[in-house]
Amino acid sequence: MQLTLGPVLYHWSPERWRDFHYRIADEAPVSTVVVGEAVCSKRAPFKQDHIPAVVERLEAAGKRVLHASLILVSLPRERRQTGELMQADEAEVEINDLTCLATLAGKSFAVGPFVNVYNEATAGFLAERGAMRICLPPELPLSAVATISAALPQVATEVFAFGKVPLAISARCYHARAHNLTKDNCRFVCEQDPDGMPVKTLEGAGFLSVNGVQTLSHSCASLLRDIPALRRAGVASLRLSPQNCDMVAVARLFRDVVDGLLDPEEGERRLGGIYPDVPFANGFLHAAPGHVRTGEGGGSLGELR
Amino acid sequence: MELICPAGTPASLEAAVEAGADAVYCGFRDETNARNFPGLNFSRDELRKGIAFAHRHGVKVLVAINTFARAGAFGLWQAAIDDAAAAGADALILADLATLDYAARRHPGQRLHVSVQAGAANPDAIRFYVENFGVRRIVLPRVLSVMEIASIVRESACETEVFVFGGLCVMEEGRCSLSSYATGQSPNMNGVCSPASHVAYAERDGRVVSTLGGFTINSFGKDEPAGYPTLCKGRFTTPKGSGYIFEEPVSLDAALMLPALRDAGVTAFKIEGRQRGRAYIAGVVRSFRNILAAIDEGRSAPPAGLAAMTEGQMSTVGAYRKGWR
Repeated sequence: MQLTLGPVLYHWSPERWRDFHYRIADEAPVSTVVVGEAVCSKRAPFKQDHIPAVVERLEAAGKRVLHASLILVSLPRERRQTGELMQADEAEVEINDLTCLATLAGKSFAVGPFVNVYNEATAGFLAERGAMRICLPPELPLSAVATISAALPQVATEVFAFGKVPLAISARCYHARAHNLTKDNCRFVCEQDPDGMPVKTLEGAGFLSVNGVQTLSHSCASLLRDIPALRRAGVASLRLSPQNCDMVAVARLFRDVVDGLLDPEEGERRLGGIYPDVPFANGFLHAAPGHVRTGEGGGSLGELR
Repeated sequence: MELICPAGTPASLEAAVEAGADAVYCGFRDETNARNFPGLNFSRDELRKGIAFAHRHGVKVLVAINTFARAGAFGLWQAAIDDAAAAGADALILADLATLDYAARRHPGQRLHVSVQAGAANPDAIRFYVENFGVRRIVLPRVLSVMEIASIVRESACETEVFVFGGLCVMEEGRCSLSSYATGQSPNMNGVCSPASHVAYAERDGRVVSTLGGFTINSFGKDEPAGYPTLCKGRFTTPKGSGYIFEEPVSLDAALMLPALRDAGVTAFKIEGRQRGRAYIAGVVRSFRNILAAIDEGRSAPPAGLAAMTEGQMSTVGAYRKGWR
């Protein structure tokens, strides 16, 4: 079972983004790293200059690099960015929208968690057109994961195993709205929240996180304790989605649990030390509400708040 | 310009036909359609009869099979497609690649529309659906301005349909798991959003508190009506303050945008609301029929009288005006 580092979904400063990937290249036991801007086309220019050096460093360290496409493509510049990415010869892409299939022209590709692959027939359709690996949507239950991966042994199936869960994308920017700005004149206020802007209920319970045009969960997915079941389900890779914490330590912990060097329960206890104050959840995998934390056997362990 | 109207029941279908719909859309009574609510939708027999009734009045019936098929249970979606085609549906409204692929191969003559749930938001995505499945129409997601719609229409080799009235998704359709995060039930998998089965109201400190899946979605004072807790239209708290951080409890009313949308080249206008009763359907359809007639004759559109239909809610033109973003 391999580890994949997903794209940074938040708007980190370009230097921080670059240095983060340099350290991942040097120290993190992940085999694949997804780079690029998936959430907001206005942020893309900030990263652009650093991508070649980051890719070089990651590849020199033996990592496979995938380039993420935008999740929502509606503006002309977004179409252009997406089309250029699809046609770049050297780049292996992870598509996050079916827009990409119109311009991929026969290249093989990876499928990101924002493409709606809910069943083996859709996965098969994409595999016929060159999909080599598919990161399944985070809301899929284990039964669906197992069915899809059994139907398509030639495709590497991946699940969203760590990080605040991306739940929605919009044309509207909720960071700008919270700051009384419009999207066109947003002043990149999302940069102030490197782990998303917390959204609580009126009674103060953590609920969601806003990341510009994207909405994520407040809780952090952790499928550490589900690794044995995921292995039985034929999952080839676990996706770790970068949060504002020590992601090298997160990757090492997942690696140790996958390799049987660390007990999953103990692993999750330690994970709480690396990424404190955020509840862990795995409800989606257990066909329960996404915010719930459930034991591998399906018994509820209660919610960690 | 076609007027596409919702029908959650055979009675609503008849009401929509009699009120002047050009086409009615509906779904089967199961998880294959995105309005899978208790007490709604059509049996196979009801669909056959509904289609016969509509056709007698020169009205088309479009069948929505627009959830994403459950892994290992594709047969349920295949059967829905086969049965809708056999019943004489004028078009199938599909979202999942698997269902589009199946319908295009198995029923090559059947007219296919791409559901709003597919989230096809640009000409490249539309071209993909046209080239691979021969789809004839795209229902556009509610993320686009009128100018962007005009540009999409110019570049696309199929018809476009847009929502003009009713519920408003503020997130891109088909890309939203907010509901399943709170309740375990999602539009994509179960055909429901913020389901009533997970809603509760409680009185706390003299206020009415609405919850969804245990999360507080809103809190109302004595003089405020306690609205339904649709997740993305609740009041929450951020470091910048409390309020409707995604959207207020508004619904879509683009009646005033119809001339602009017509000039943009849109083929069909769609009214949301398969969960609505027949009186509501009849009222809204009749209002839009009048507005369209006025536009056709070059008269300025009469006042819609639709405000009463939004049940005291505020309305918005959503993304059709760019400032909404």
